[in-house]
Amino acid sequence: MGKTPIIQVRGLTAGYRGGVTLDNVNFDIYRGEIFIILGGSGCGKSTLLKNMIGLHDPYRGQVLIEGKDIVLAEGKRRLQILRKFGVLFQSSALLGSMTIAENIALPLQEYTSLPRETIDFLVRMKLNMVGLRGYEGYLPAELSGGMRKRAGIARAMALDPEILFLDEPSAGLDPVTSAGLDNLIVQFNASLGTTMVVVTHELPSIYSIAHRVIMLDKRAKNIIAEGVPAELRDKSDDPFVRNFFNRQVGEGLSV
Amino acid sequence: MKQAKVSPGYHIAVEKKGAEHWHLKLSGSVSSANSSRFLTDLTNYLSGGPVKDVTLDLGEISYFDSTAAAVIAQTRLRLEKQGSHVRLTNVKPAIQGLFEILNLESLLSEGDRLIEKGPSLIALLGGASLNFINDTRFTFAYLGDVTLALGYAFRYPNKVRWNDAFLYMERTGIEAIPIVLLISFLMGFIMAFQAAVQLRQFGADIFVANLVGLSIVRELGPLMTAIIVAGRSGTAFAAEIGTMKVSEEIDALKVMGLDPTRFLIIPKVLAALITVPTLTLMSDVVGIFGGLVVGVVFLDLTPWGYILQTQRALDILDVFSGYFKSMVFALLISGVGCMRGLQVEGGAQGVGRSTTSAAVSGIFLIILYDALFTLMFNYVKL
Repeated sequence: MGKTPIIQVRGLTAGYRGGVTLDNVNFDIYRGEIFIILGGSGCGKSTLLKNMIGLHDPYRGQVLIEGKDIVLAEGKRRLQILRKFGVLFQSSALLGSMTIAENIALPLQEYTSLPRETIDFLVRMKLNMVGLRGYEGYLPAELSGGMRKRAGIARAMALDPEILFLDEPSAGLDPVTSAGLDNLIVQFNASLGTTMVVVTHELPSIYSIAHRVIMLDKRAKNIIAEGVPAELRDKSDDPFVRNFFNRQVGEGLSV
Repeated sequence: MKQAKVSPGYHIAVEKKGAEHWHLKLSGSVSSANSSRFLTDLTNYLSGGPVKDVTLDLGEISYFDSTAAAVIAQTRLRLEKQGSHVRLTNVKPAIQGLFEILNLESLLSEGDRLIEKGPSLIALLGGASLNFINDTRFTFAYLGDVTLALGYAFRYPNKVRWNDAFLYMERTGIEAIPIVLLISFLMGFIMAFQAAVQLRQFGADIFVANLVGLSIVRELGPLMTAIIVAGRSGTAFAAEIGTMKVSEEIDALKVMGLDPTRFLIIPKVLAALITVPTLTLMSDVVGIFGGLVVGVVFLDLTPWGYILQTQRALDILDVFSGYFKSMVFALLISGVGCMRGLQVEGGAQGVGRSTTSAAVSGIFLIILYDALFTLMFNYVKL
């Protein structure tokens, strides 16, 4: 893993409707790492993600993608930055009027000049990758939530982006599929060096995929812990952080 | 024989040992940005007839993404179909890993894609007939539901969600006042103007008041108001309920034991039932006023004379018939709007279709019923 930062968040203050959910947040994400954003609900995980991918503008601060500020970038320069992103939204956000195959082909058709045949082949490859072979012709509404999620991941990965943002990828998936997805994330990261920014609550997946995590807190409006999950669980000074990791592990085992 | 070509990002070196064995050495990086050129180049290099053995050496590839993998896999598939034997050598672990997650072996073994066949004509016809039957059944069931729920609402008025009903009254009624008044005024104005030109030839200026008064109160007032409400609110009802249907909110209500008809539709129907006739009365008054302006300004009639003439022309039954019609229109607009919402299938496009359909069928039904009423009132001499 190289130590060059690919995303730098500097003094980010953000929120909705004038309210502040994140106050002066600073952190770096390094190229090629699997970076996890944690925290209870309402602590600003999604706000942070939306600011990082340029959907919302922060009140103050910068989000630098390879040194370029996404907040200030406009037009072509912004597109160049966005080109590096693949995003899986919480609700999958597949286009409802298009089949699964068309959804995944969309970025490929827009951003490459590959012939139709090759795009078809690529779409099948990607669907194969997420275990959805045979569902090409289905509409998103005809699939289960977990399947939609996987199709969303296939679409996010369509162009092999440099940075993949995954908002709760394993929510709504059964444990087996979820573990398979973790595997996929790790393998994808290993073979393509893709930087992954993942928002998740699933402790098993955190332990199996994370290189580094940050934990946000609602009251502090900031990062309260940063590091490797196993170390945070055992060595954090903050009892809240230790609890978060331990208690949930306990619950996970007893279920 | 050796040849080499440098393209941005990657490099292909070809070594041909007769027609038996070709060795392609690839280096550099191939990604979605240059993969289409990569495909063209690769195809050109390998176009020289069937070769027994082709080796693709990936040893010096520095970056290789899944578009590149697709190009390689496709090329391999094509060559193998021509009878060549293809071998990939020096595959780095990272690339091997990529091949593994993409599960290329299983894709390749599938060979050509199954050709998808569309349904036959008979199946299409059958599907359409079934759809028609289902739609008809749905319409009748819906009518029954709404009638029952309306009956229930009249019997137990305290069970109606009045807060919602008031909200919709504001949306369909109060917010529609400016546009309804403006259009009615202009309708009266235009009609009076057109009539004046004709009637003036016969010195029958004063009868402009009869013409405007009667046609506004009996026909145009209720009709224009209903059409405006259908366009403003019928569509809004369809979009609102349709979006709720798509996001499973309707299902959630059903599971909670709440009847969607009573919960969602009745407040809208009641709101329309109260606001549309009220708007119609306002429209009548302002339409007549539009005629009066023409009469006073262009025909030199006195305002009082115009009003008296209108009073003489109109019977209270004319007003009632318009009022009654507008109540029926209100039922049609809100009923059909909500029904189109409930019929939404699929996602955003379905909502769009239902909204269009709410406007079209709303306006169609209004005109159709207006025609029926005209005939009916003619027979009962109303």
